Amino acid sequence: MWSWHSEVALDKNMKILVVDDFSTMRRIVKNLLRDLGFTNTQEADDGLTALPMLQSGDFDFLVTDWNMPGMSGLDLLKHVRADDKLKTLPVLMVTAEAKRDQIVAAAQAGVSGYVVKPFTAAVLKEKIEKIFERIES
Amino acid sequence: MAELQTDSRTPSFKQEMKDLAEDLLKKIDSGDLGKIVGVVNNINEVRDRTLYDEIGKLTRGLHDSMKDLKTGDELNEESGMGQASDKLAYVIEMTDKAANRTMDLAEEAMPLNTENLEGAALLQKQWGKFLRKELKPNEFRDLTKKIDNYFSQTQVNSKKISSNLSDVLMAQDFQDLTGQVILRVTKLITEVEARLVDLVAMAGEVDRITGIYHTTSNHNEKLQEDSKYIKAEGPQIDTSLEGVVDGQDDVDDLLSSLGF
Repeated sequence: MWSWHSEVALDKNMKILVVDDFSTMRRIVKNLLRDLGFTNTQEADDGLTALPMLQSGDFDFLVTDWNMPGMSGLDLLKHVRADDKLKTLPVLMVTAEAKRDQIVAAAQAGVSGYVVKPFTAAVLKEKIEKIFERIES
Repeated sequence: MAELQTDSRTPSFKQEMKDLAEDLLKKIDSGDLGKIVGVVNNINEVRDRTLYDEIGKLTRGLHDSMKDLKTGDELNEESGMGQASDKLAYVIEMTDKAANRTMDLAEEAMPLNTENLEGAALLQKQWGKFLRKELKPNEFRDLTKKIDNYFSQTQVNSKKISSNLSDVLMAQDFQDLTGQVILRVTKLITEVEARLVDLVAMAGEVDRITGIYHTTSNHNEKLQEDSKYIKAEGPQIDTSLEGVVDGQDDVDDLLSSLGF
């Protein structure tokens, strides 16, 4: 079991957008987030639907898959980083894409964290904490 | 399946061409222009006949392949490919259903288990008070009622949890069905591949007779260009391949080497 770092005061009310083309994966991620105490979550099924939601809603955190029809997660990330209003939004990529080149490309595009599927609740929690630890420091 | 023999005609074609070429040389030596032109015409005739034969075989092979694979001119629903797509759509539907069913059952069971847990913790606290003789008589009566309720509620909850767990087990029955479907689609793809290899061999014969050479350099250049563009590839089946990470630890190592 993991331990909860008390020095990171995570806002449990922060607004999170979960983007994945498979509804089961969105459900799993939402359930895990709820177990971690985050209940303010919304869903989108690809980058094209996610981007306008991000632009019009005050989201604090984006969790996105990579491989999606319409707009991929990498392109969504690039759009977010290119948008003045959204460029500092923390983005966690949760994906099956597991090539080194891809991870490097995601890092260069400005991803805040990268989780490969299949993943565990502990890994998801650890990465979320790490992202917000870095933002606060 | 039609037998595809690509090489049966080649020796006789070669032999005929060789005989005619020797004949042509003799006629050239003799200087009879009419006879020379006659042999050249013969050469053309043999080449054309063989070419028609080979194209005929290629066409028949293509036709047979399509018939064997039940592939129509277009990917209609009755074709093998159309069926394969339908079958794979069925796999997606089955796995989606099973995943949602499993999550429904788990989500339904979790609060019941929490209720059992919290109920036991609460009773233990009050039971401790009773053992320390800190309970008033009316509080004790209240406790006995709560214990009684807890006994029945826990049984109801546990029965529901057990039944959900066995339903979770049953929800995994898709694996058998989807496994069979995927095996059949794999078999179809293997057949298509074998057919294509045969057809390419037959087309190669036509190329030889007509003297066509294909270059592949353009294709390779395009592939190299594509590799510069990073795109989604889906899950890596073989994590031992070079350039593929083996799990989250590898990802973390790579990211920390990049300053994350």
